[in-house]
Amino acid sequence: MSALSYVEQFIRTLPHGQALGIQLVSCDPTLGRCVLSQPWREELVGDPDSGVLHGGVITALLDTLSAACVIARSIRPQATLDLRIDYLRPATPRMQLLGDASCYRVTRHVAFVRGVCHQGDPEQPVANLTATFILQEDKS
Amino acid sequence: MSELDVLIRAARASGDYDPVLAKLPYARFLGLSAQLEGATVVLRLPFSPILIGNTSLPSVHGGVVGAALESAALLQLVHERGLPFAKTIDFTVDYLRVARAEELYAVAEVQRIGKRIANVRMRAYQDQEHEPVALGRGNFLLG
Repeated sequence: MSALSYVEQFIRTLPHGQALGIQLVSCDPTLGRCVLSQPWREELVGDPDSGVLHGGVITALLDTLSAACVIARSIRPQATLDLRIDYLRPATPRMQLLGDASCYRVTRHVAFVRGVCHQGDPEQPVANLTATFILQEDKS
Repeated sequence: MSELDVLIRAARASGDYDPVLAKLPYARFLGLSAQLEGATVVLRLPFSPILIGNTSLPSVHGGVVGAALESAALLQLVHERGLPFAKTIDFTVDYLRVARAEELYAVAEVQRIGKRIANVRMRAYQDQEHEPVALGRGNFLLG
């Protein structure tokens, strides 16, 4: 099974990702880079006055995205160690969110991911993301 | 005064934040509940299949754990200061253990409130309060 099919399967079979409506937009296994989309949905709004999605939706999108980037590099993450999100500008209501990240370094035990969350222009990100993963132990 | 203002005032007095959460679509989507215990708002998230991140364990999605931590911080700040809700500047989660397919709790402790910024630490746990599944820290911009 190719890395791409693993990523597709991971996104397709993730119950919370399905509940949110997260979809795989693109995946480049060579770079360990993935793009995921999160549609704007009324039921995911955090602030009814502004109509902006709750920060938890961004956290779930970026956590899912980070794991997808690690899987894209044909490695199996065991668990997320940590995830940091910097909120750079307010999200525009009623517009989808895109998460774009890369797994840019893999060691024997750890994978490092960085990326952004934006709404169409990666140069105007809503949030920045860094995450680290502990990898499954090599049984060979 | 908005409806949310009225509900927050009532919640700060009664310690029952469920009527506030009922007005927030995403809190309803997850199934969040919150009650004051002492001076701390304790956020409760009953398990539901839509929260699953890993089907083979099964476990609660890391993003949901993060959402519970961030919500605990925002509610604790609103409890201590009133509206408006603070805005998250940055937010970090350390994942310590698998969050099993069971009820999850989250609490926040405000470390410092300045004129503009609050620094908050958070903790998420399941049946064993002294064995957190995740720790959070964040800086929040006060309104």
